[in-house]
Amino acid sequence: MKIRIKFAKRGVLKFVGHLDIMRYFQKLIRRSSIDISYSEGFNPHQKMSFAQPLGVGMLSEGEYVDIEVNTTYSSKEAIKRLNDANVPGIEILSYKLLDDNAGNAMASVAAADYEIIFRDGYKPEGFNFYEKFTEFFNNSPEVNVIKETKKSVSRLNIKPYIYNYSGTSDTLKIRLSTGSAVNIKPELVMDAFYRYMELPLPDFTFIYTRLEVYGNDSCNNLIPLMDFGKDIL
Amino acid sequence: MNKLALSDEILLQIDKPARYIGNEVNMIRKNLSEVDVRFCMCFPDVYEIGMSHLGIQILYDMFNKMDGVYCERVYSPWHDLDKIMRDKKIPLFALETQSPVKDFDFLGITIQYEMCYTNILQILDLSNIPLIAQDRTMEDPIVIGGGPCTYNPEPIADFFDIFYIGEGETVYKDLIECYRKNRDNGGSRTDFLRSAAKIPGLYVPMFYKPSYNTDGTLASFEPIYDDIPKNITKEIVMDVSNTFYPEKPLVPFIRATQDRVVLEIQRGCIRGCRFCQAGMIYRPVRERNVDYLKSMAKKMLKSTGHEEISLSSLSSSDYSKLDELLMFLIEEKGNGVNVSLPSLRVDAFSLDVMSKVQDIRKSSLTFAPEAGSQRLRNVINKGLTEESILNGCSLAFKGGWNKVKLYFMLGLPTETREDMEGIALLSEKIAECYYEIPKDKRNGKVSITASSSFFIPKPFTPFQWAAMCTKTEFLNRAKVVNGKFKEMLNKKSMKYNWHEADVSVIEGLLARGDRKVAKVVLNAYQNGCIYDAWGDSFDYGKWLKAIDDAGINLDFYTTRERDLDELFPWDFINVGVTKSFLKKEWQKAHNEEVTPNCRIKCQGCGAAVFGGGVCFENKN
Ligand code: SF4
Repeated sequence: MKIRIKFAKRGVLKFVGHLDIMRYFQKLIRRSSIDISYSEGFNPHQKMSFAQPLGVGMLSEGEYVDIEVNTTYSSKEAIKRLNDANVPGIEILSYKLLDDNAGNAMASVAAADYEIIFRDGYKPEGFNFYEKFTEFFNNSPEVNVIKETKKSVSRLNIKPYIYNYSGTSDTLKIRLSTGSAVNIKPELVMDAFYRYMELPLPDFTFIYTRLEVYGNDSCNNLIPLMDFGKDIL
Repeated sequence: MNKLALSDEILLQIDKPARYIGNEVNMIRKNLSEVDVRFCMCFPDVYEIGMSHLGIQILYDMFNKMDGVYCERVYSPWHDLDKIMRDKKIPLFALETQSPVKDFDFLGITIQYEMCYTNILQILDLSNIPLIAQDRTMEDPIVIGGGPCTYNPEPIADFFDIFYIGEGETVYKDLIECYRKNRDNGGSRTDFLRSAAKIPGLYVPMFYKPSYNTDGTLASFEPIYDDIPKNITKEIVMDVSNTFYPEKPLVPFIRATQDRVVLEIQRGCIRGCRFCQAGMIYRPVRERNVDYLKSMAKKMLKSTGHEEISLSSLSSSDYSKLDELLMFLIEEKGNGVNVSLPSLRVDAFSLDVMSKVQDIRKSSLTFAPEAGSQRLRNVINKGLTEESILNGCSLAFKGGWNKVKLYFMLGLPTETREDMEGIALLSEKIAECYYEIPKDKRNGKVSITASSSFFIPKPFTPFQWAAMCTKTEFLNRAKVVNGKFKEMLNKKSMKYNWHEADVSVIEGLLARGDRKVAKVVLNAYQNGCIYDAWGDSFDYGKWLKAIDDAGINLDFYTTRERDLDELFPWDFINVGVTKSFLKKEWQKAHNEEVTPNCRIKCQGCGAAVFGGGVCFENKN
C-alpha cells in the first residue's frame, strides 16, 4: 500500500536540512510503529520517498513524503501515533492512501505556493510589498534570470512560471513552477524584484514558507499533492 | 519552543546550525519555575562527538529524574561559531533553554581525552567564567570535572572547583543536597566547597598543596585543612543491573558519530594489559544482567527509532552471556535492526554471528595484537598469540572474508628492532595464510591494513614508570616498520599507516603532568589552540611555545623513566588497584612474564575492596 504523508516544518526545525529530515522520518516511522515495507538485501531500508527538498532556513506548511506499508492504521490513528512521537516543530497534517499506480511524490510535483515576509529589520521604510511587486510584475515584459545548473549557465525568462500571486503590504503569496520540469525558487524571483527596484538585496532579508505543493491531475489542473490520496477510515 | 540564543543570520551562515538548536527527540523540557538547581552538562568537543557519548546520556537521564534539578547540555562551538561568538561577545548557552551557561549552578565537564583540555578553557571563556577556579565568585557556576582524565586531574586542577573521581551514578545526589543546604544557610562558595570536599569521591584541588623536590619531582601532596581527606577513593557502582540507564536517549537531528542504540554490557576488564589505563581504573569487572540488557535494548530501540544497535565494553568477548546476547541481536536483525558488532575474538561462533549480521564482503576482521612479537606481547601482557590470530584468519578466509585490520603500538617499553619488524612479518603471515586457500575458493585479493599508534604511558598502569619516546624516535620506529613492509612478498596486499607523533608527545605530557603543567595548557589556549584532538586544528608549534613560555621541560614529563619510589601527582587517588600491584606488574613486564586474567587466577590487585564484581564470582 502506498501512503502519502503531509507535514509541516516549523520554528527551529528550519535549521535541519533535507538529508537530516529524511533520517528523522526513518526514526519517526519506527517510533510510531508504522508497518513500513523494507527493501531486500543485507541492510534493508524503508521504502520512502520525499517530494521537493526544502532548503535550510525555509519553513513549510506543506511537505510531502510517500511511504509503502504492509498494513496500516486509520488515517486518524496514524496521524496521532506519528505526532505523539514527533518533536515540536514537525507536525503530521495528513496521512492518505494512494492508488497503487499513483506516481511518487517527487515525480508528481508541478508547482508550489510560497509565503514571503520580511525578517525583522529588513523591510525598507514605507514599503508596500504587494503594490511594489505588482508594479514590477506589470512593468516587466520579461523577467530574465541567470540559471546555473551543474552543466550550464543559461538565461531564462521566468515570468511565465510565476503562476499567480497575492498579498498585503507586508506579505506576498506566490505560486511558482516547481519540480523536475522547471524549478523556480522564490529567492530567484525576489532577486529579480530587487534588481528591478534597483535596490541591493541583503542576505537574510526574507523569511520563506512553503505553503503547499501541487501536482497535475489528468486534466492538467494543479491540485495539492495530498488530494491524490484518500482518507483511511 | 524556546527562542534561540543565536539569530537566524548567524545560524544560516555557519556549518551545521542544527548543532546549536536543541529540541532533539527525547530532550527533557522542564518549567524553570519548578527548578531550584540547574546543572549544565558539557562534553568539550563538537556536538556530533559529544552526543555520541553514553556517559553523558546516563547522567542527563539521572539528573533529570531528580526533583527540582534540570540538567541541560552544552558542547564546544565549532571554529566558525567560536569566532562569531568572540567577535559579537555572545555568551555560550545551553541547548535546552538556550540560556547562558553562566546562569547555571553547576557546569559539569566530562573529560574523556587529554587533547580536549584547551576546549575546556574555550567553554569557560565563552561562558564568561574565570578560567582559574580561585578567581570565581558566587556569580559563577561550580565547575566540576569527571571522566577518565580526572584520574590524573593535576594538569587541569587550576581550572576546576571540584573533580568527581569515578563513576557518576553514585554521589551527585549528595552533592546537590549539600549545595542546597549551603544556599539555605547563606554559605559562601568556599563554605560549599569545604563541605563538598568531604563527600566521598570528590576532590577539591584548591584545598591541596603540592611541594616539589629540587629535581622537579613531587615531594609531598597534602590537604591544607585538617578536615579535608588526604586520599580520594574512586566512586564505583557495584550493582550495574540496578542503576540509571537512559531508556529514552536523545536522538540528534544531524548524524552523530554513534547514530545508534548503545548497550553497555559491562564495566571493567579482566585482562590486565599493562599499557591500558581503562583496564586498571575500572576494575573490577561488573557485568550487567543479560535480561536487563535485552529489555533495555527493546525500550531504547522503541524510544529512539534507531535502526542500529551496538554493544559497548572494553572486551566484549569476555562477557559471560555473550552468546545469548548475540542470539538476541540476531533476532532483532529479523525486525529490521542493523547490528554493529564490537570486535570479538575470532572463532567459529563469532564468525557465524558475523556472517548473519553483516555483509562478509564489506566487513573486515579486526585484531589488536598491539605488539609485533610474542616476546613483546608478553611484556605488555597482551594474551593474543600469533597462532590464535592465524587460526582465526584461516577460519575467516575460508568463510569468505578477505579484509583484515591490525592494530599495534610503537614505542613500547623494551621494544627492539625485531619487535618492530614483527609487525610486517605478522601481516605477511596473514597474507600467506590467505593464499594457501585454493584459488577458486578465494574471494579476490586479500587486504591487510596495519596501523600503529604511539605508546603513551598513562597513570595507574604498570607502565606509569616507563619512558616515552621522543617524536624523532617514534618516527624512526615507524620507518623501520614501513621499511620492513616494503620487503615483504605480499606487500601489494598490505597497507601500513601510523599515527601523528607530535600530538602523542603532547598527550604524553598532559597524561602524566603535575600542577605545573596547567600553565602550559593555559598558554596553549591563549596562543589560540582549540580542538587539538582534530588533526587539522592541532598546532604543534603553538604547544611547543606554550611549553617554553611556561618554563617546562618536556623531557622531564615524557622521556624520563621514573624511579620506582617516586611520588606521583595522582598517587593521592585510590582506584582500588594498588601501587604495589602495579610495581609488581612493571617488574614482571621486564621479565617478559605474563599475568593470567582475573577469571583464570585472581592476582590480588586490590580492586576486591569494592566488594563485588569478578573478584567475588563463584565465591559465595
Ligand atoms: S582482585 Fe583479583 S579478580 Fe579482582 S580485579 Fe583484581 S585481579 Fe581481578
